[in-house]
Parts: sequence; structure tokens; C-alpha cells
Amino acid sequence: MIELISLFIDSVFIGNILLSYFLGMCSFLAVSNNIETSTGLGFAVIFVLTITAPANWFIYHYLLAPGALSWAGLGHIDLSFLKYITFIAVIAAMVQAVEMVIDKFSPVLYTALGVFLPLIAVNCAILGTALFMVERNYTLMESIVFGAGSGTGWMVAIVAMATIKKKMRYSDVPDGLRNFGITMIVSGLMAMTFMMFSGITL
Amino acid sequence: MKFIKDMLDKAAPEFAPEGRFSRFNALYTATRTFFLLPSESLTRAPFFRDHLELKRFMSFVILALIPVTLFGIYNTGLQAGLAQDTGQGFISNWVTGARIVLPIILVSYAVGFFWEILFATIRRHEITEGFLVTGLLFPLTLPATIPLWQVALGISFGIVIGKEVFGGTGRNLLNPALTARAFVFFSYPGSMSGNLVWIPSIKGLDTAVDAITSATPLAVSSDQGHITQLLADAGFTLSNLFIGTYPGSIGGTTALLCYAGGLFLIITRIANYRIILGGILGLSLTAILFQFWSDAPSTWMSAGPILHLISGGFALGICFMATEPVSAPGTDMGRWIYGLSIGSLTVVLRVVNPAYVEGVMLAILFMNIFAPLIDHLTLKYSISKRVPNA
Repeated sequence: MIELISLFIDSVFIGNILLSYFLGMCSFLAVSNNIETSTGLGFAVIFVLTITAPANWFIYHYLLAPGALSWAGLGHIDLSFLKYITFIAVIAAMVQAVEMVIDKFSPVLYTALGVFLPLIAVNCAILGTALFMVERNYTLMESIVFGAGSGTGWMVAIVAMATIKKKMRYSDVPDGLRNFGITMIVSGLMAMTFMMFSGITL
Repeated sequence: MKFIKDMLDKAAPEFAPEGRFSRFNALYTATRTFFLLPSESLTRAPFFRDHLELKRFMSFVILALIPVTLFGIYNTGLQAGLAQDTGQGFISNWVTGARIVLPIILVSYAVGFFWEILFATIRRHEITEGFLVTGLLFPLTLPATIPLWQVALGISFGIVIGKEVFGGTGRNLLNPALTARAFVFFSYPGSMSGNLVWIPSIKGLDTAVDAITSATPLAVSSDQGHITQLLADAGFTLSNLFIGTYPGSIGGTTALLCYAGGLFLIITRIANYRIILGGILGLSLTAILFQFWSDAPSTWMSAGPILHLISGGFALGICFMATEPVSAPGTDMGRWIYGLSIGSLTVVLRVVNPAYVEGVMLAILFMNIFAPLIDHLTLKYSISKRVPNA
């Protein structure tokens, strides 16, 4: 249990998927203009990550990994080269399902998220989490916690960014740096402050 | 004074919007306010509800920082003398300290001022007194052996990326002095941390720098014994930790003068007491919790609140940097949360992060990032508590 809590804290702060690995930047930059929308997208990412990480874990460990097919008597087959395309397909299918659920239960959030909801499917943070999970040999429980933690870390970052952008409405940024320029600078400064956790081993 | 006023008045038309040197209006205004009183005030944040405005605000911070700076100069000389067995004397400590510290402060001011003037001239905003504080705070957080070019690089980053790209004083997101320090800290860890950087070599002033090994109290740790005893063995008694006569960053060692400065700023209503008290409270509570659960009596985990309060740069950080009104939250409840978080994060970093022995700087920067979020949440909370007006 302690290990799982440590893993969660690790994936939210120390190895923040966005600010330490720079995954999921595109929607981070594009959607952070509004606090409500970014909170919604944050929850969507947490949700998608928490279900896709274990789903991909099952698929990897029972279909793709070397020797994973031994339950079907095909232990000598190694399908792990298929992991990228399979993970993407699983993520896309999951996102499609989530989209339908949100459309049904929260049309407001659905319209607010607009095109960015389907874009979660190609959010590098989601695929990155699945690949990290394989690379670090997480167990099923760990992959669920890691998925939820990465999602939470991503949400913390995007909501902080949205509030910062709100504060920066009063700032007077040089013309050439408006919008994306200053957003990249702020992301860099955020990443610098998140470096305070680097070196902590839990 | 009459003479200066006449001269400035005579030059005024040249710097007016249609004059020859209109581009340098900021420089003219700065010179004028430096010698004479400003004719207008209250055009940019931080705003205040009474006679306080940006100018007096910043001058009071400088005033509170002067004792800390002077002590830093004396202590640098003292430590250098102690470590090298050269003559000890009140005067010679001052002289040695000044020879080491003044160039750092001068470089910080000169380079920072260059950027400030450049941006003020091109973007046509005023040169504000905010820079005087940043340019002094930054050197105070540095070790005395810092190479001067790193000071120049750091203050450039702090002023340009930390402040000017957001539109100058009153609009920065992070504390510029801390941004500068964090930049140097992460770029050149060798000259900012470890045991080699704290005491400058006196001979090294004239030739190459060869520093003397000395641990800061926060780096003291061993396998056995209790931390209080270990510190005392290493020469860090409670009283000299409190007064500040030990190796460390230039202005960060003297808890006494930093807290005194903080008190002065609270009394003059410049620093918000909620942030400072919150920080002290958060630090103490977290330290007590760690002490309670600690299974390693020889580490900082079991140091307890008093030691945490008086050692390292916490006093300097919480009194002078966390209280910067622009990068701190603007709501009262938010300020409590902000202070508490800085205090407890400082202890957490000191205890669990082996990479950085001093956590207060990063804790403040981290909470700067979340200050707008804290404001947003406290506002939402207050709105939800509001009695409907129907």
C-alpha cells in the first residue's frame, strides 16, 4: 500500500508527465485558456488514463509480450513490436467511449471541450503512460495507480497554467511573445520549479 | 538641491513626448524621482490603500534589508578569516567581507540595471524601485565564492525572463530574485551547493579561487548521535545559528536580523503577516510531525521546529521573498494557505530530498506557480459562502 501511495506521489510531482517528460504539450498549450475547460479536460485525462493503463496492461501481458500467448499454446511468439499500434487503437476506442458518455451526461462539458476531447486519443501523455508502464514493468495495480497519478499530475499542471493565464491578462507581454511564446516561457518556469522534487526517491 | 532641480527642469522639454530624447524618458523620470519626489504615483501594482505606494514600499524593504546585508558582509569576512587563520579583527573582517561581497552586489545592480533601462527605453515604461530590491536580494541568496559572471547571467535571467517579458514590475509571475537564483542553481550546481562554495579564500581574491571546505549546518548528518549534538560538535550552537555567524549564503545565515526585518515589514504593513506567520506555523508543524515519526535521530528529520526555523535561508526567504505581494496570492485565506505550504514544503525538501539541502527557495517558487490557483479556489470558496442577495 505504501509503495502504491509513493508511486502516486511520484507520478504526480516528481515525474510529472507534463512538466518532467513534456508529454501532452499540445492540449496543454491550446486548452489552458479557460479554467473550467481545463479542469474538465483534466478530469477526462485522469479518467482515460486510469482505464487505458490497465486495459493496455492486460493486452500487453496476455497478447503482446514475449511469451504472453503461452495460454493459447503459442509461447514462442513475440508480438511486442505491435505495442504502439495496439495501444493507440485501445486508447482511441476508450476515448470514443468516454466521449459518448460525456455527451450523454454533460453536454456543457462536451461542447466546451470540443475538438480536444477526440484529441485526447492522440494526446502523447496517454500513450506515453502506457509505454512507461511497459518499460518499468509495473504490475496491474501499479499500472492503475500510475495511470491515475499521471493524469492527476497532468491536471495539476494544466489547471495551474489556466489560472496563471488568467492572472496574466493584466500583464504586458512584448508583441512577439504573446500567446504561445509566453505560454512556453511560463511552462519552462513551471518545469523549473517542479525540478525541486528531482532527486527525491520514495 | 535647487541646483539639481533647475538642471532637471531645464532638461525636461528634451525628454517630453515630442522632445529630442523622448525615447529616454524613463531614464529621465528615474533620475528625477531619485533626486526629487515623484509628481504622480499609483499607476501600477502593487497598489495600496493608504499613503504607501510602490516607491515607499520598496524603500522600506531596502531599509529592512540593509542590516541583513551589512551582517552578511561582516560574516563573510569573519568566516574567511576563521577558516584561514589570518588575522582576526573587527575592522579586518569588515574589509575582507566588503572586498568579497560588494563586487557581487555591484555586478548584480549594474547588469540588472542595464536590462531594466533597456526594456524601459524600448518598451517605454518606467524604471521602478522594484529592481533595487531584486538586485539586492539576489546576491544575498548566493554563496560568497560565486563567480561574478554567473551573478551577471543569473540577474539577467531573473530580470528578463522573470520580470520584463511579463511587462515589468508588478506583473511578474515568480519572484525575480528567486528566479535568478534558481537559474544559477540549476545551471551551475557546482558553484551553488556542496561543501566547497561557502567560504572564499582570501588569497584567492588576488589569484585563482581556491575555496575552503566547510559544511553548512543543513549538510551536517552522520550515522550516529543526535542531530542537535552533531550540530553542536560541528560548531553550530543554537545561539550562533540564530545570530548567523556560520558559513552559508551571504544574507541567509542571520535568522535574527531576517526575522527582525520581517517584523519591521509587518509593523509598517508592507509584508503581509499572514504569509510570514503561516510559513513559521507550517514549518513548525511539519517539523514536529517529522520529529514525531522520525526513526533517524542523526538526520534533519528529527531536528525539531526550533532548529529548522533558525538555520538555512528560511528566515530570509519567508520574510523577504515569500511576502512579495505580486507573486503571492491576493486573498487573505489564500495567503495563509500559501505561507503554510511554503513552510511545510521547506521541511519536506530538507528532510526527504538528498539533492538539495536547502528547500525554501524552491518551495517559494513552487508556491508562486500555484498562487493564482490558490486565489481562484479561495475566491470560489468565498463566493459559495456568500449569502444570496435576493
